[in-house]
Amino acid sequence: MAAIELRGLSKVYPGGVKALDSLDLAIPDGEFFALLGPSGCGKTTLLRTIAGLETATGGAVVIGERDVTGVQPGARDIAMVFQDYALFPHMDVTDNISYPLRIKKVGKGPRREKAAEVGARLGLEHLMDRRPGQLSGGQQQRVALARVMATQAQAFLFDEPLSNLDARLRLEARTFLKKLQRELGVTTVFVTHDQAEALAMADRMAVMEAGHIRQIGTPAEVFQRPANTFVAGFIGSTPMNLLDGTVRGDTLEVAGCKVAVPVTAEGRLSDGEKIVYGVRPEYMAYSAAPAEGAFGGRVVIVENLGASHLVTLEAGDVSVQAVVPEGNEPAVGDDGYAVPRRDRALIYRDGDLV
Amino acid sequence: MAQATSPPEVVRESGQARRYNSDAAGLGRLRAGAFAAPALLLIAVFLVFPALWVLYLGLTNYRLTGIAAAEPQFVGLDNLISAVSDPTFWSSTWLTVQFVLGSAVIGQVGLGFAIAWLLRDRQGPLKRLVEGLVILAWILPSAIVSFLWVALLDRDGGTLNALLSTPQFAPLLDHPMLSIIVFNTWRGTAFSMMLYGAALGNVPPSHLESARLAGASGWQQLRDVVFPHIRGHILTNLLLISLWTFNDFTPFLLTAGGPDGQSEVLAVHVYKVALQGGELGYGAAVSTIILLINLVVAVFYLRLLRSKK
Repeated sequence: MAAIELRGLSKVYPGGVKALDSLDLAIPDGEFFALLGPSGCGKTTLLRTIAGLETATGGAVVIGERDVTGVQPGARDIAMVFQDYALFPHMDVTDNISYPLRIKKVGKGPRREKAAEVGARLGLEHLMDRRPGQLSGGQQQRVALARVMATQAQAFLFDEPLSNLDARLRLEARTFLKKLQRELGVTTVFVTHDQAEALAMADRMAVMEAGHIRQIGTPAEVFQRPANTFVAGFIGSTPMNLLDGTVRGDTLEVAGCKVAVPVTAEGRLSDGEKIVYGVRPEYMAYSAAPAEGAFGGRVVIVENLGASHLVTLEAGDVSVQAVVPEGNEPAVGDDGYAVPRRDRALIYRDGDLV
Repeated sequence: MAQATSPPEVVRESGQARRYNSDAAGLGRLRAGAFAAPALLLIAVFLVFPALWVLYLGLTNYRLTGIAAAEPQFVGLDNLISAVSDPTFWSSTWLTVQFVLGSAVIGQVGLGFAIAWLLRDRQGPLKRLVEGLVILAWILPSAIVSFLWVALLDRDGGTLNALLSTPQFAPLLDHPMLSIIVFNTWRGTAFSMMLYGAALGNVPPSHLESARLAGASGWQQLRDVVFPHIRGHILTNLLLISLWTFNDFTPFLLTAGGPDGQSEVLAVHVYKVALQGGELGYGAAVSTIILLINLVVAVFYLRLLRSKK
């Protein structure tokens, strides 16, 4: 088991596309770490560069105490689960799980023993003679995990491990993966484009955009205090309200309404300054009656989220969204008022958190 | 989040669906038959009839000239019996086996796969140049390439001798089989190269990468990932080029079967006995044997293909 460290890691493709731009990242031993970002942000390239499937054009990859930047993938002592699981269709489950051991010239007896042991741990014992084509998606994923576990590598890399499962199974697999990682205690880096997945599973995460890391932190930090408007807009199942505003003395003028300065920004703003006011729809108190420091406007859309509703207000010429608990939802066309929570609202200046 | 579920789609009238299954174009049997008829007629006239005619001729003493040309006699299995008791027939068969194994199975498949494998991740001028040259060898007419090869390998004033400064070296006379094997490898590699190039594109990159991460060497990647994936392509390729090479007549243009029958493969043998020797009945009988051998080879490969699981 080992820590992973990236020092000034760059990857420039021939043709000049900068997939990774001088990244620094330290993942301590045993951590479950998520690389999150929209497609094309470089998260998969980063994972593949750690694996050695892509060669870095600058900087260093250190696994354990060893600089592996120029080392072949097979000699890095890491194991990877691919998005499509990459199980060999002509081999049965036992042979698939024990394949890395076979390459390492482990004898047939110990190899099968190890495969049986790991397979049993993942509930595959009755499937060991099947071919991948005869398994469900969830079972295939567990075989891929078993193959990784059988290697006893220093670190595991998962590329979009849940994206090939259907929605219901994905939630189960999420819980299962997190529990498994905790039990094994192996440093694990996984890539995902789904912010909910990253928040749910990771110990810490890096949010990436266009080859840069925009924020590193625990899910709670990233969710509650996004370091910039990109992260703020990307994290959260309902997008954060990001509204242009101006500082007016002790209050803010945002979307034609007067709202209070958030707790975290108190005393750090100057009069007349242009800012972006950010607050999550979940942190808004909605009422049908006018209220002090509220965004007021006409209800234009009400979306059902199950136990709550997402209400869109038209305040002036901008839209403000608020989550309203079930039973209190307004009708379209009503006037509504949403008071942001002062301890949860955030101020961004030039795109960065104040 | 709640997923919207749509009500099950109303099942369409199944009788109509079934009718469309058996008659997708909706033409009806008669009109569909009319469309297929010209093609069937051509196949019957130029393929089925000649094949049956050869089977019949093989049972007669039909000759190119003389009395037997005007009134061929039915001789039963005499031609077949004299063929299998003729040592030149067996030496021709053995030469054909060498030709197929050497130029098709080892030469074209081996070289074609090797080029496709080496060029798989490459792009740009080198790849286009290599592919262009290989394909050029394939698309040029036989008469032209044979002449070029005769000019290359000729004892007196051949290009090879000029290049190597080895006057009087005569590959076509001293190593006739090797010459036609090398020639046919050069000639036919393009097909295998293109087929394997397409097949390799279907091998999932993640499978190769998975093997690389496990530490598999290049050979182990081929054995454990590539070959199992393209097994069907390999067998189809082997089937096609084995049969093509078995029946290939181009060696005649290089060596005319000589010297002294040393490169007289079966296709050339048939030509010699039937058209040069005039024994059409006997030639037809040998053709029948070739047909049977082709059938056995085809069935062998198709069996292998079917035993996929």
